[in-house]
Amino acid sequence: MGLASEALKNFKGFNLRNLPEVEPLSPGHRACQGCGEVLALRQALKAIGNNVIVVSATGCMEIVTSPYPQTAWRVPWLHVAFENAASVVSGVEAAYKSMNRKKIIDRPDVTFLAYGGDGATADIGLQALSGALERGHNFVYLCLDNEAYMNTGIQRSSSTPFGASTTTSPPGRKSSGQATWKKNVVEIAAAHGAPYVATASPAYPIDLMNKVKKASLVPGPTYIHIYSPCPTGWRCGIEESVEIARLAVLSKVFPLYEVIDGEYYLSRNVAKPKPVSEYFKPQRRFRHLTEAEVRFIQQRIDEEYEKLLQKCRVQNGK
Amino acid sequence: MSKRIGIEVSLAVAETVGLCDVDVVAAYPITPQTHIVEHLSELVADGHLDAEFVPVESEHSAMSACIGSSASGGRTFTSTCSQGYALMSELCYIASALRLPIVMAVANRALSAPINIWNDHSDLMYARDTGWIQLISENGQEAVDMTILAFRIGEDKRVSLPVQVNLDGFTMSHVIEPLTIPDAKEIREFLPPFNPVLRLDPASPVSMGGVGLPEIYTECRKAQDEALRASKPVIQEIFDDFARQFGRHYKLVETYRTEDADTIIVALGSIAQTAMTAIDAMRTRGRKVGIAHIRVFRPFPAAELVEAIGGAKNLVLLDRSTAFAGGEVSGPVALEIKCALFDKGLAPKVGNFLVGLGGRDVTDQNFEEMVERVASAKNGDLPAYEFINVRE
Repeated sequence: MGLASEALKNFKGFNLRNLPEVEPLSPGHRACQGCGEVLALRQALKAIGNNVIVVSATGCMEIVTSPYPQTAWRVPWLHVAFENAASVVSGVEAAYKSMNRKKIIDRPDVTFLAYGGDGATADIGLQALSGALERGHNFVYLCLDNEAYMNTGIQRSSSTPFGASTTTSPPGRKSSGQATWKKNVVEIAAAHGAPYVATASPAYPIDLMNKVKKASLVPGPTYIHIYSPCPTGWRCGIEESVEIARLAVLSKVFPLYEVIDGEYYLSRNVAKPKPVSEYFKPQRRFRHLTEAEVRFIQQRIDEEYEKLLQKCRVQNGK
Repeated sequence: MSKRIGIEVSLAVAETVGLCDVDVVAAYPITPQTHIVEHLSELVADGHLDAEFVPVESEHSAMSACIGSSASGGRTFTSTCSQGYALMSELCYIASALRLPIVMAVANRALSAPINIWNDHSDLMYARDTGWIQLISENGQEAVDMTILAFRIGEDKRVSLPVQVNLDGFTMSHVIEPLTIPDAKEIREFLPPFNPVLRLDPASPVSMGGVGLPEIYTECRKAQDEALRASKPVIQEIFDDFARQFGRHYKLVETYRTEDADTIIVALGSIAQTAMTAIDAMRTRGRKVGIAHIRVFRPFPAAELVEAIGGAKNLVLLDRSTAFAGGEVSGPVALEIKCALFDKGLAPKVGNFLVGLGGRDVTDQNFEEMVERVASAKNGDLPAYEFINVRE
């Protein structure tokens, strides 16, 4: 039995009756109305609880929670720079390991959590993340993916989806918006052999919380890629972010799955998928796309989803 | 018992770090620092040092991991130089602002380009404005002593700042020297366990590294500046304490044969010991020359330096890096010394020489040439600086 399977064999998940009441990330922070990212982060922290040390990359979640002398954090929290949350958490974990062993402290069960946006994870921090995953530190990494550099003003990242309009991938006479396909950091994390890798969405809070809890229970490096709607950057209504997150799953744009000890498990099969056009419709970042372009994107989504299904079937032995 | 042995200086530094009972070493290899971290990984592998050795994927991650470790309350060490220092420098500013007493040995090496693995002080000068304390050693014994002192100074609650221990790459790092390494008991008596003001601990949560808006940024920077200023007397106090226990007495600025000197050389690092040999030779020929060497470059000991050299007619100021300021102001070391003299209304005749770049030897003969050049020049004849020992 693999490392993660062993750690999770008696896992009992959250349900509507046993949701934790703790709020390690308190209200009163300065996130935009309708922010799906801070919603996801709140859910993740509720799942982990108070026995945690949090390391933050520079980004929206750092800025809105920590304007000195205020803080929204009821648990220990450290921000250092943009590209290095995974390296910083490596040091925190190493110090705890060393000091527990030497009996300088007695804190054996602390969870070490690092998070960053898609820029901090897929672009500038990819090397640090790769190093920390490879070295096998015991930590949870959350990528809160809002699909562009929102904190600096909606510039494209390697995680921006094909066709999306951002301030550095603007549509124009010679451009249809983002010209490249979204980098698949989930697969990159899984390729490191991390024992637990998953995708999650704040539109499915119980699923998200269970995955974060599982990640915290698995010894070794774990990675969860969390879809994080950004009304400001996606140019949608502030009341629509959860609905858009749901549509992302139901249109196969952002499938929910787990990779446990290298085996793929689909968390939610989408038997009757909605067309991607329905997902695009409330988001003005996609409204310049032609019907032909939407068809082109739909084809890619169908192919990618089929590839994922193949992995799940093969790995599950079905 | 401490014992006197012949040992490569890098290994001696690593042994000393081990005896200081660090909790975490995070490092990335770069010549000529490699022997320090190789030996630390051996000490951990053999069970002589109970610590986590984190073999990070870059110097940037080395300093990042050190920050995480030190913020958690772990005694933390790393080592680098040159390009490695340049890569991690972003984080060095943050380590000092977070007031984390990380200790870093820098096996001083030239900066690219052209790429050059040999010794000069480009990295030492690159680091001077990062808010770290910079200790400079001239020989292997001093590198050992400065390592112990670095932990004690940085972790002193009146200081709480990271500390660099500078040792010249190859010239010191790869040389076998006779030296004394104190034993673990002696070091424990001098260096109490690390007891940080704040640490990341779920039992008493703190937020570290928040956003500093314009309303608070200036106050944060002033507080940090005051910490570095206030460290100066503490450093000397700890040097004095070290002398009482180990018998080797260090000062912020140290002098050799300056009492009656009309010409004083100012230098940093192992080159100062070559200068002393040259001074002895020049003295036999009647030239009244001495040297002041700067032990602590940050905080800059301006008052101590003026006291040591302020009476001289001629100053020979050595820089082991280039500044690229355009030619009309001096190199970084000379610039600071000139400022210190100006503030006291002193205007001796000053020659500033850029020497020993990228491993170029500086010989006794070079020292004699520099001294003669300044002594024989007319006031106002000397340029802001000049390269010497250049093949034209």
